Amino acid sequence: MLQGSTIIAISLAYLGVLFAVAYYGDKRSDHGRSLIANPTIYALSLAVYCTTWTFYGSVGRAASTGIGFLPIYLGPTMIAALWWWVLVKMVRIAKANRITSIADFVASRYGKSQLIGGLVTVIAVIGIVPYISLQLKAVSNSFSILLGYPEIVMPSHAGELPVWRDTSLLIALAMAAFTIVFGTRHLDATERHEGMVAAIAFESIIKLVAFTAVGLWVTFGLFDGFGDIFARAAEQPQLAKLMQVSNTASSYGSWASLTLLSMLSVMFLPRQFQIAVVENVNEDHVRRAIWQFPLYLLLINIFVLPIALGGMLHFSAGGVDADTFVLTLPMSQRQEVLALLVFIGGLSAATGMVIVETIALSTMVCNDLVMPLLLRSRWFRVHQRADMSGLLLTIRRGAILVILLLGYIYFRAAGEAYALVGIGLISFAAVAQFAPVIFGGMYWKGGTRNGALAGLFAGFAVWAYTLLLPSFAKSGWLPVGFLQEGLFGIALLRPTQLFGLTGMDEITHCLFWSLLANTAAYAGVSLSGRPSATETSQATLFVDAMKQGAQGAGSRFWRGSAQVDELLPLIGRFLGPQRAQLAFENYARQRGRSGVADLQADAGTVHYAESLLAGAIGSASARVMVASVVKEEPLGLDEVMNILDEASQVRAYSRQLEQKSRELERATAELRAANERLQELDRLKDDFMSSVTHELRTPLTSIRAFSEILFDNPEMDAEERQNFLSIITRETERLTRLVNQVLDMAKIESGRTEWQTEALDLREVIDSSIASVSQVYREKDVALVSEMPDKVPTLMADRDRLIQVMLNLLSNAVKFVSPGSGRVAVRLTHSDAGLRVDVEDNGPGIRPEDQQVIFEKFRQGGDTMTDKPQGTGLGLPISKQIVEHFGGHLWVESEPGKGAVFSFTLPLQAEAADDAAGAALAA
Amino acid sequence: MGKRVLIVDDEPNIVISLEFLMKREGFEVSVARDGEEALRKVEESTPDVMLLDVMMPKKTGYEVCQQIRANPSLSGVKIVMLTAKGRDTEVAKGLDLGADAYMTKPFSTKDLVAQVRALLGIS
Repeated sequence: MLQGSTIIAISLAYLGVLFAVAYYGDKRSDHGRSLIANPTIYALSLAVYCTTWTFYGSVGRAASTGIGFLPIYLGPTMIAALWWWVLVKMVRIAKANRITSIADFVASRYGKSQLIGGLVTVIAVIGIVPYISLQLKAVSNSFSILLGYPEIVMPSHAGELPVWRDTSLLIALAMAAFTIVFGTRHLDATERHEGMVAAIAFESIIKLVAFTAVGLWVTFGLFDGFGDIFARAAEQPQLAKLMQVSNTASSYGSWASLTLLSMLSVMFLPRQFQIAVVENVNEDHVRRAIWQFPLYLLLINIFVLPIALGGMLHFSAGGVDADTFVLTLPMSQRQEVLALLVFIGGLSAATGMVIVETIALSTMVCNDLVMPLLLRSRWFRVHQRADMSGLLLTIRRGAILVILLLGYIYFRAAGEAYALVGIGLISFAAVAQFAPVIFGGMYWKGGTRNGALAGLFAGFAVWAYTLLLPSFAKSGWLPVGFLQEGLFGIALLRPTQLFGLTGMDEITHCLFWSLLANTAAYAGVSLSGRPSATETSQATLFVDAMKQGAQGAGSRFWRGSAQVDELLPLIGRFLGPQRAQLAFENYARQRGRSGVADLQADAGTVHYAESLLAGAIGSASARVMVASVVKEEPLGLDEVMNILDEASQVRAYSRQLEQKSRELERATAELRAANERLQELDRLKDDFMSSVTHELRTPLTSIRAFSEILFDNPEMDAEERQNFLSIITRETERLTRLVNQVLDMAKIESGRTEWQTEALDLREVIDSSIASVSQVYREKDVALVSEMPDKVPTLMADRDRLIQVMLNLLSNAVKFVSPGSGRVAVRLTHSDAGLRVDVEDNGPGIRPEDQQVIFEKFRQGGDTMTDKPQGTGLGLPISKQIVEHFGGHLWVESEPGKGAVFSFTLPLQAEAADDAAGAALAA
Repeated sequence: MGKRVLIVDDEPNIVISLEFLMKREGFEVSVARDGEEALRKVEESTPDVMLLDVMMPKKTGYEVCQQIRANPSLSGVKIVMLTAKGRDTEVAKGLDLGADAYMTKPFSTKDLVAQVRALLGIS
């Protein structure tokens, strides 16, 4: 047995926890360690989208339409994919313009128009009231049902009880009190409530846990898993029907329209705008919400069908409203704790929605409805020096109370005619009317204030006529005859079959006509008129929000004169003198001034003051207030156009500058690379010089030493003298060779070589080369063998040069093999492509890292610190140049320890080409 | 007893000329063709003077010089470095490593002989 007092105590305890979370969140934020600087908290707080409508109503809708509950979650899932473009842009616009609500957003876009702000507010309040009443209905119903525990008694109809005994009134009042304490403790310039966001994220977790708990219990406790429920339901014809999408045009139409509706709602419901845009602390959080928010929707929908089917199987006798299955199923099995958890989950969903929605609406009512009226009233002018911040809070608190009471009144009047989902859809259709002016405003500079007014008004009127009035008629407020026969008895004006359009459900019908009228009026009126100067400047700020340099551009569109000592008290009236002083001091410091006294009241300062004020009372009212203390010289439309032109010129100019600086950077990088290359070349030349010097000095040393010895020792015996003289001769030859090689390289390098091209037999070239080196090989006791075909095609090339290549390869090979065991093999092969020569040795091989290096000029293999370089480092580079001159390649294949094979190819085409040239000459 | 001279160089013709010059002065001459052989020869019989080439296979003259100077029992060995690399930095490096004299190839035979005699204290 659950006592009413127990339920109330637990509910209050839960609200206390919520409050504690919010309080902790605010404390953390005051200390600069924000609790909500976390993308997951942001995504969870977006789940304020899931209200009692989701918590109780989805099951109800599933029980009557099967998977018909899904579009409400498919829409948000689909549009979340676009958030990176759309939502991020809204957030950026809102931050740049200190937008505090969706009404402020629309008003600010269309020239900071008070009229538009007011209209949006009125539409939002009228549209949302049914939605709030839905929350009251759900909480009050679940409370009454739970009170009957363990009996399951459907609650008495609203309106049957006298007002003073009606729990829903108490609930409405309690929620108003809670929201007032929760959300309007102080006035914030940015209208952000960090604690509230933290609490909303918390309640999102609670409702998910509660719903999932019931789902698990029904699926696996009451039944035997998903398969069991669906199998049993399939046996009953009317339940089986729920599991199919009915195959009619209107059902597809409903799906499409519900999906569209929920796509728009998740963006434009005042509470969604509040959480997603106003409370956003970091654009990057959107990135994670794009998948986390749809994931949340998926999780909370998994058990909808099992609970709906389970409930219908369990309560097959009827008499239990499907909207209450989530609660009544646990109760029927005496699951007391689970039932309580469900109640708390539902309460959680309701409070979350009510808190955020009423805070958002009260801000709109205060800033866009009450303030503009107050600013016109004489009373307000009389009290010009008073501190208005208290008044602002009072207005907001009053607004919260009034909105909740309106919700209660709607509940008493119309609440019973609709299931939960039906009521919610009425609200969805109302906020869908914001879509054309917001999307148009963000992406089309042509939208004007008059166009927006016309669109909003047309859409709202059609919505009221086709959806709101029929809902009143159904609940008996209006004569039903007007539904069936149309206004004044004109059949074409039947609200749910406007102009004879039939075959749609009423939501689709309303959405079709209202959005059609809305968009047509918005676009038509916008195109037929000219935007004013303010509208043009605001349009630019919104549409170009993502462009570079758009930030802080607001002050460009202002010209006039003002005094800081007039601005400061004005802001102080709304924010409190201390906070205003603090804000101005911060601003002064940002601009590099010593203090407020040093601050110039230029366009930037005035813009700053206006945006500070906009945070408290909305952009439209802020504009009026600031205008009252500054002497503004209004800009004409052509002046705004000039500024915009200038701005785009500046942008183009800065793009050019950027491009120029990029080019400069590129040129610098190229220069640096060239310089490095030059330094590298210089170093190579240095190394080469050092190497050549060494090679030159070594034979010179011998020559000088022996010359001096011969000179100083005339009495030396003849044999020794002969020996020394022959050394001098050999060393002189060595010097000559080196000098020739250096000159040779220089010639080839500079292209001044004369090539003596003739037809030659490569076998003969190889034989001559082998003959030249055979002496050296014999001396070192190294075997030299050759394998050649009997005949190879003749080749057009320079014979001496090819011998030079062969000698180089052969003398390299003999240099590196060991005396005695050394073996060098020369192979000549030919294919269609040309001739190939391999010179294979069984020396130490060449390290992989050296295999490229050895072909570079002045470079030698091995570590020059321990291995004395053999030769000048020019032999291979010269050989490579020669082979490549005749169109061939020279390369090496080697594994350290297994010898090396130097190979080169010479193509036969060179011959053909030369022949052709010769033939041409002859002809 | 005659002074012992160790000639270390990988150029056969230079070795021949040095050998001739040192023998003419009446010194006892031994020869090494690379750095490692030089260190072995020093171990076998400590010379009074080393004529040490810098650019050699296996171990450079710098390394040989460094290793000898690291061994206190060889502190009496005089070292004359001979090199085809004549840059100032290389001369300084040789002297820093403990060489007693540094001669650039090609050298004057008279200067070389005088240098060796001076190091040995022969007037």
